[in-house]
Amino acid sequence: MTTTLKPATAARAAGHQPGPLALALRQGRLELTQFLRSRESVVFTMGFPVVMILIFAAVFDGEIAPGVSYPQYFITGMIATGLMTVSFQNLGIWIPIERDRGVLKRYRGTPMPKWVYFAGKVIMVVVISVVETALLLAVSVAVFDLQLPGTATKWLTFGWVSVLGITACTLCGIAVSSLARTSRSGSAVVTPIALVLQFTSGVFFVFTELPSWMQQVAALFPLKWMCQGLRSVFLPGAFAGQEPGGSYELGRVALVLAAWCVIGLLLCLGTFRWTTRRDG
Amino acid sequence: MDNELAIVARGLRKAYGKNVAVAGVDLEVRRGEVFALLGPNGAGKTTTVEILEGYRRRDAGEVSVLDSDPAAPAASWRNRIGIVLQGVGEFDELSVSELVHHFAGFYADADDPEKVIARVGLAGKARARTHTLSGGQKRRLDVALGIIGRPELLFLDEPTTGFDPEARREFWQLIRDLAAAGTTIVLTTHYLDEAEALADRVGVIAGGRLIEVAAPEHLGNRQQAQATVSWRTPEGLTESTESATPTELVTELATRFGGEVPGLTVTRPTLEDIYLKMIGHR
Ligand SMILES: Nc1ncnc2c1ncn2[C@@H]1O[C@H](COP(=O)(O)OP(=O)(O)OP(=O)(O)O)[C@@H](O)[C@H]1O
Ligand SMILES: [Mg+2]
Repeated sequence: MTTTLKPATAARAAGHQPGPLALALRQGRLELTQFLRSRESVVFTMGFPVVMILIFAAVFDGEIAPGVSYPQYFITGMIATGLMTVSFQNLGIWIPIERDRGVLKRYRGTPMPKWVYFAGKVIMVVVISVVETALLLAVSVAVFDLQLPGTATKWLTFGWVSVLGITACTLCGIAVSSLARTSRSGSAVVTPIALVLQFTSGVFFVFTELPSWMQQVAALFPLKWMCQGLRSVFLPGAFAGQEPGGSYELGRVALVLAAWCVIGLLLCLGTFRWTTRRDG
Repeated sequence: MDNELAIVARGLRKAYGKNVAVAGVDLEVRRGEVFALLGPNGAGKTTTVEILEGYRRRDAGEVSVLDSDPAAPAASWRNRIGIVLQGVGEFDELSVSELVHHFAGFYADADDPEKVIARVGLAGKARARTHTLSGGQKRRLDVALGIIGRPELLFLDEPTTGFDPEARREFWQLIRDLAAAGTTIVLTTHYLDEAEALADRVGVIAGGRLIEVAAPEHLGNRQQAQATVSWRTPEGLTESTESATPTELVTELATRFGGEVPGLTVTRPTLEDIYLKMIGHR
């Protein structure tokens, strides 16, 4: 066995501590590796929205407005849902498991800056979101004649709505992860929230056909605004007249999503727990 | 640094509701020392150690670990300590090598991951996913992650639980090497032979109180303890006497029996006897 004395540190083999960016990227790579290796989460996260589209679009294929079919409407909702699944549900379920297993406690025992853990999760969420959305778009274009956005402005809108939506949902996912007391309760907390939001935010049903009280409740949460923002990208401009406000209200979409980013961030900072109650 | 003490704790207290887990512990660990905390289940070892590691908040008392308060440590403080927790934290989907390499990246002065993996005896398992490791192998991985940052101060909470005898001996050698290189080591254990083999000083904790701190050979005044001399009487009964001067007694017995003393034994209390007596008298 070799013994290395402290003063010999100058000659050590390992490199210097990586800078902040490198730390974040390493953490992101680790998170992605862990995600990709747990086969069931890949299949469910990636496959769920695609399967939902195939089922719903096959069952309901009428027009909901001149030139707008139900599948088109539903697909925009499923893109938004996919973004929420990957960020909100994924983190709300996985972080309690990691906390319960003591993974978070391990990280706290190292000099890793706390934010690196979150940065790793964000990188993972962004990469999976991009892949998953691309998959969904490919299927939708191939099977349901979805029109990809035709102008740069629409792509831009697609971009910022997705980024704001993912950010808000990621932060909220991290925040709700602290509600779960054990690894098993994560999905019990997150799944009902996600399902209720999907039903009330105009994913499965045309939003304006919902009772107005339901519309008002849904308008407090991000998913409704993500759906609305994405409809402005994928549905014809004329369909804006069918929206509750008579237009796609992009300004308000940005405002509400940004507000949720702030709320989510404050909740995270205030409530995040690295250890379980059992850890004293 | 001129402070000779790696750890100073005064009046350390921690209660969970009405259950006082740590009831006023005073503790000093010198730099370069190997210090073992010994005590029955629920004595407060983990609570004490995790307060020193900065995981748990204390209710009262003053603590300084490498000149920082672990409840509000300096930025670089975690670079200087290594931790092996009692409970394991499992990263299911990663291999031993990936995990050790990743953790090495967190430290300013990390050791060579391959070397550390070999050092804890996991070279043959470097590519295995961590969930495929046996209990003892997982524990070795914990040790690897604890020492990867080349800590000045290493905490180990029951590190050898689940080790086979050979692994235990290898681990002892590892601890001796680290200590020889100047690492301060605080470990908890239930194995008295381990404390005796490794520790410069042993602290015995029971009911949240540190009831004695001494070198293993001095624990419970062991070196002054009386020897027990036993022999068989001509009636076939076993007789025992505690004596501070066993040689004298044996010589006297030899004269009495005219030579060989039947069934003669002379024993001194083992560390285990002393320890059981200490914690039993509470
Ligand atoms: N998170 C907690 N919540 C409530 N009580 C706790 C908690 N952690 C420890 N305790 C209590 O504090 C006391 C000391 O526990 P601790 O884990 O420090 O003992 P220990 O000496 O490490 O025991 P062992 O040898 O079994 O590991 C016990 O009575 C235990 O029940
Ligand atoms: Mg313990």
